[in-house]
Amino acid sequence: MSEVSATDRDIAPPAPGYWAMAGRKLLRDRAAMISLAVLVIIALMCAAAPWYAAHIAHTNPFRSNLSGTVMRHGKPVEVLGAANNPLHLGIEPIGPSWRLGPYMLGADQQGRDVAARLLYGGGNSLIISFAAAAVCLVLAAITGILAGFFGGWVDRIISWLLDALWAFPVFLLAISLSVVLIAHGIDLGLFRLDASSLALPITIIGVIYVPYVARPVRGLVMGLRQSDYVLAAIGIGAPAWRILWFDILPNVISALVVFAPLIIALDLLTEAALSFLSIGVQPPAASWGTIIHDGESLIYTRPMVAIAPGLAIVITVLALNILGDGLRDALDPRAKLRN
Amino acid sequence: MAGTIIRRLVHMIAVLFGISVLVFLIFFATPGANPAARIAGKNASPQTVARVERQFGLNRPLPVQYALMMKKIFITRNLTSYVNLGEKVVPQVFKAAPVTLSLVAGAAIIWIVVAIVIGAVAAAFRNSWIDRLLMVLSLIGISMPVFWVGTMANLFTQGIWHHTWLFSWVPPLGYVDFSKSPVLWFKSLLIPWITLAILYIGLYARVLRAALIETMQEDFIRTARAKGLSERQVLLRHALRCSLVSVVTLFGLDFGVLVGGGALLTEVVFGLQGVGYLTYQALETLDLPMIMATVIYASVFVVVSNAVVDILYAAFDPRMRLRR
Repeated sequence: MSEVSATDRDIAPPAPGYWAMAGRKLLRDRAAMISLAVLVIIALMCAAAPWYAAHIAHTNPFRSNLSGTVMRHGKPVEVLGAANNPLHLGIEPIGPSWRLGPYMLGADQQGRDVAARLLYGGGNSLIISFAAAAVCLVLAAITGILAGFFGGWVDRIISWLLDALWAFPVFLLAISLSVVLIAHGIDLGLFRLDASSLALPITIIGVIYVPYVARPVRGLVMGLRQSDYVLAAIGIGAPAWRILWFDILPNVISALVVFAPLIIALDLLTEAALSFLSIGVQPPAASWGTIIHDGESLIYTRPMVAIAPGLAIVITVLALNILGDGLRDALDPRAKLRN
Repeated sequence: MAGTIIRRLVHMIAVLFGISVLVFLIFFATPGANPAARIAGKNASPQTVARVERQFGLNRPLPVQYALMMKKIFITRNLTSYVNLGEKVVPQVFKAAPVTLSLVAGAAIIWIVVAIVIGAVAAAFRNSWIDRLLMVLSLIGISMPVFWVGTMANLFTQGIWHHTWLFSWVPPLGYVDFSKSPVLWFKSLLIPWITLAILYIGLYARVLRAALIETMQEDFIRTARAKGLSERQVLLRHALRCSLVSVVTLFGLDFGVLVGGGALLTEVVFGLQGVGYLTYQALETLDLPMIMATVIYASVFVVVSNAVVDILYAAFDPRMRLRR
């Protein structure tokens, strides 16, 4: 065996491939790597939500706790106590304790643990934005490749559809679809989606951004269609599926990888906005947007309920944007020249 | 050139038609969406639903309903709300329009000026710590949800710091008409303006910086330098003017979207009763005629601003005239 490895060492290693080179470049990008680490940590924390609720917060973050008490500084304190005004009018949820344990970030209006809801809500926000981005990228790749490669009436129909969707004010499209569908879900016989299903916001948010990606993909494929190697492949009689799979798709995928973090970031912000308007994730489930919505009515007494999820959104979206910049620099050498 | 404009206008009307049909279908023909049952309320008897259907003309064929609704919006302008019975929808939209326009126009002035300054400074000090700091700040601006920024602004200007010298001038939430008191109008809008502008400052500063850096590598910049112009003159007189084209395009589209009601979240957070707020209220009560009116109002602005940008492009750059 040792002889084999000795001869191996003498032969020059094969030149690193496109992806290996991009990966190495990305590994050297400190800002992108830190962002990636932050994203992984946030995702792991959100995944640990059930554990946190059971072992640290000791509450069920989906059930209201209107008359419970909790120990603070050795004394039992009501979770929803009398408000701190001269007449003790109204009730006020307990404030943050700032230490790991029950009600670390305080309670919301229904006496639920904000920190636990933040983790559960983050899980939903991340699931929705990642899944919606996947829906968007797959649909955009299919439509963009078909339109760009086959041209003719296929292109005309797809482009017309994309143009119509593009011209539609995107926020109004999202809001209109959500309002109609949240009320009673989709029921198309075989295809049923419940109003409280996460699949509903995923589908809506996934579809509305398809033109943003499909249009550049179509342009890219149209350019590739005229490139020498594709013309050569057509010339030797390669079937269309083979050209699409081996010559076109790899190019499109690198474009999609660059788009992915930016679309996820956009989806996260859109989900938060829809949930803030209470037409996204439906109660008792939470997302960062719904928690900000809950916190708005407590903003002057318990601001942490609205501050915490907002900060979580900002950090996540910022990390995604920085990662997106890094991916673009790593995968698209021409873009780097401009900076 | 005239041909381009006419072609663009025809395209514009076609797109508007498409959007109005799409909105109509979303609200009136989505499987499960039953407007009559909604107006009748929960647990209404089938007879009540049938009566509502007859009363609102919802039992007629969809194309007829569509045509009637468009006629009531554009020609007779007497479309009435399903929720506040008898209230006319079109005048309400026009009453809300100045509020939105005040909000968006003020924010636009702020974001254009600040973004140009940030973009130009970042490009001038490219790769220095100033550049990096400004770009990180821009990125943070892009990453913040606008409704959260608004909520935080309220927290500080109406709550925690309202009684300090810094924010004691901020009036309570809501819109004050310009004709009533220009000073109060300005005060009531300043915080919403800044809130709305933050996202666009980040966006435009980044775009402008990239465009400036690309322009600085062009031949005519080398010529300008060879003529002996100072670096500041090269940047401000030659490069900036050329790079602004990319920002102007973006601006046309964004301004159209916002004036049409895209500032909905800002309007809701600050209690400004503009077109976006109207849309939001209509969506909460599922007032279909009001939704149709506001969505069509919004798409008119989006489509018109798209067309204006395209026509301006064709005017600036003859090569664009050959495209579709």
